[in-house]
Amino acid sequence: MTEFAQQLLNGLALGSIYALIALGYTMVYGVLRFINFAHSDVLMLGAFAAFYLAAATPHMAAATPLLHAGMVVLGAALICAVLGALIERLAYRPLRDRPRITVLITAIGVSLLIEYTCQHPAVFGAATRSFPQLFPQHNLTLGGLTLSSNDLAVLGITALLLALLWFVVQKTKLGVAMRAVAFNPQAASLMGVDVGRIISVTFALGSALAAVAGIAYALRAPGIEPLMGVQPGIKAFIAAVLGGIGNLPGAVLGGLLLGLIETFAGGLKQLSNYRDAIAFALLIIILILRPAGLLGREQPEKV
Amino acid sequence: MSGAGGKRWLCAAVMAALALQWCAVRWDFNRYYLGVAVDAGINVILAVSLNLINGHTGQFSLGHAGFMAVGGYTAAKLTLVLGGGCPSWAQPALFLGGLLCGGMLAALVGLAVGLPTLRLRGDYLAIVTLGFGEIIRVVFQNSEFFGAATGLTGIPNWTHLGWTCGFAALTVYAILSVVDSTYGRGFPAVRDNEVAAAASGINPVRYKVSAFVVGAFFAGVAGGLYAHHKTVLNPTGFDFLKSIDIVVMVILGGMGRTAGVVAAAVLLTLLPELLRGFAEYRMILYALLIILLMLLRPQGLFNFGPSTRA
Repeated sequence: MTEFAQQLLNGLALGSIYALIALGYTMVYGVLRFINFAHSDVLMLGAFAAFYLAAATPHMAAATPLLHAGMVVLGAALICAVLGALIERLAYRPLRDRPRITVLITAIGVSLLIEYTCQHPAVFGAATRSFPQLFPQHNLTLGGLTLSSNDLAVLGITALLLALLWFVVQKTKLGVAMRAVAFNPQAASLMGVDVGRIISVTFALGSALAAVAGIAYALRAPGIEPLMGVQPGIKAFIAAVLGGIGNLPGAVLGGLLLGLIETFAGGLKQLSNYRDAIAFALLIIILILRPAGLLGREQPEKV
Repeated sequence: MSGAGGKRWLCAAVMAALALQWCAVRWDFNRYYLGVAVDAGINVILAVSLNLINGHTGQFSLGHAGFMAVGGYTAAKLTLVLGGGCPSWAQPALFLGGLLCGGMLAALVGLAVGLPTLRLRGDYLAIVTLGFGEIIRVVFQNSEFFGAATGLTGIPNWTHLGWTCGFAALTVYAILSVVDSTYGRGFPAVRDNEVAAAASGINPVRYKVSAFVVGAFFAGVAGGLYAHHKTVLNPTGFDFLKSIDIVVMVILGGMGRTAGVVAAAVLLTLLPELLRGFAEYRMILYALLIILLMLLRPQGLFNFGPSTRA
């Protein structure tokens, strides 16, 4: 029983990281209808930004560790927000009216470009580096359960960010504009919404979330390297599709579900080697049964 | 291409391939160049077969490396098990049998992958095919029978220029014949407008699934050739990036343009070899090439005809 609860907790922590990344995929898909393959690399850049920020401010880390952690996370999120908007402006905006397949291939190209550039010795190099422990490490024991303070921090930050995102999307003028662009870009622009600006903001928001997710992922992983984003990126993408791509609550649900399934499957000896395959198998089964994802609405084909 | 002219053309190509092989043995060609030529031939098979799925039929498959893996592992395992006691005169027969078995099994997997196309399209289909490719890789990675993570080693080096060019010619011929046949007019019809095609009595599902089966068969054969060329098979060689490589060849050549795709496959095999001197920047240049191509010439480098919807 305690083992079950322990796995549940681990799964939720992993799942909330997936959820954060999946939100970025789903938001971009909502406004532009394409899979932003470079999203997983923004996540990696977020982790590296945090790595360098933390290394640049050792005094602060010693004096006020919590404030320092907050500053590093915020800084990395800000850097990634700018990068995300920049990627959109340079690579995707010129292709706005092209077929989606063209944009998809460009996204793959951008992703490869970032990965290979970062692997170059003059940039980050291909070697794995150990990531600093941003938050003070404590292990709480609670009736046989071990709660690492990192996992708790990740869960707390995720919950906070989700609430914030929900507020922005549902309650602010910006959110209304985002939903309008996702619903119908032409009509939105006729109503005076600056579609280009909204798309930039969407990329910036999604990338900032990815940066936070990247830091959270790096805290759990042994270290960071230029290809660290690929695996969580693919998983989060599956999560987004699982929940119904373009659907924000769906992305969170899909992320949590995938994290739980992966953790439980990894706990079983016979299945642990097949963890990655299970995620995909699940995706295929769900898509065959519900082609629009768990929470997505199926759109009738128009002639 | 008319039937008789096509057959003559195919015969000429196979003869040329065999003659080339004979010359290669007779005058002892440079091994490095021969290896690159074989690589180019294998890539031609892969790209032309993917072109049937992605170009002619308008589906978006990101799992071609998976089919290649199935064919490669099947053929390699067959020759490894049966090859020991096999007299040298029977080797070509065994090799051919292994390649065809690999192709057949890949075609079966293609059928399994093609079936979800009943309900999925566009990005969703792309991701499901990517998923199938990854599942195939993970299964090979964990199966002791296929050498798990280390893969298969000591595969006999039987793939030579004759085999590769022969099969490349056969692939081009087969795909062209299928697409140019009366039956095959349905492939572009499904690509251009599925609803209109269905209204004209064409069954889109049948066309999509047959595109996957035929494409997978040739990818499987290419996998077998690859296995007996490299003599080592490793599951990581068949990952998502390999599939992307093949997709880029198809896009570079122009979706649905067989001649362009052949040229692109050869070009993209030679390019990394030419860039060997800049090994550090090679992959960066490759990524930049993809982006620039999409920005400047999304219809493909070698596509000069009226624009088709990609």
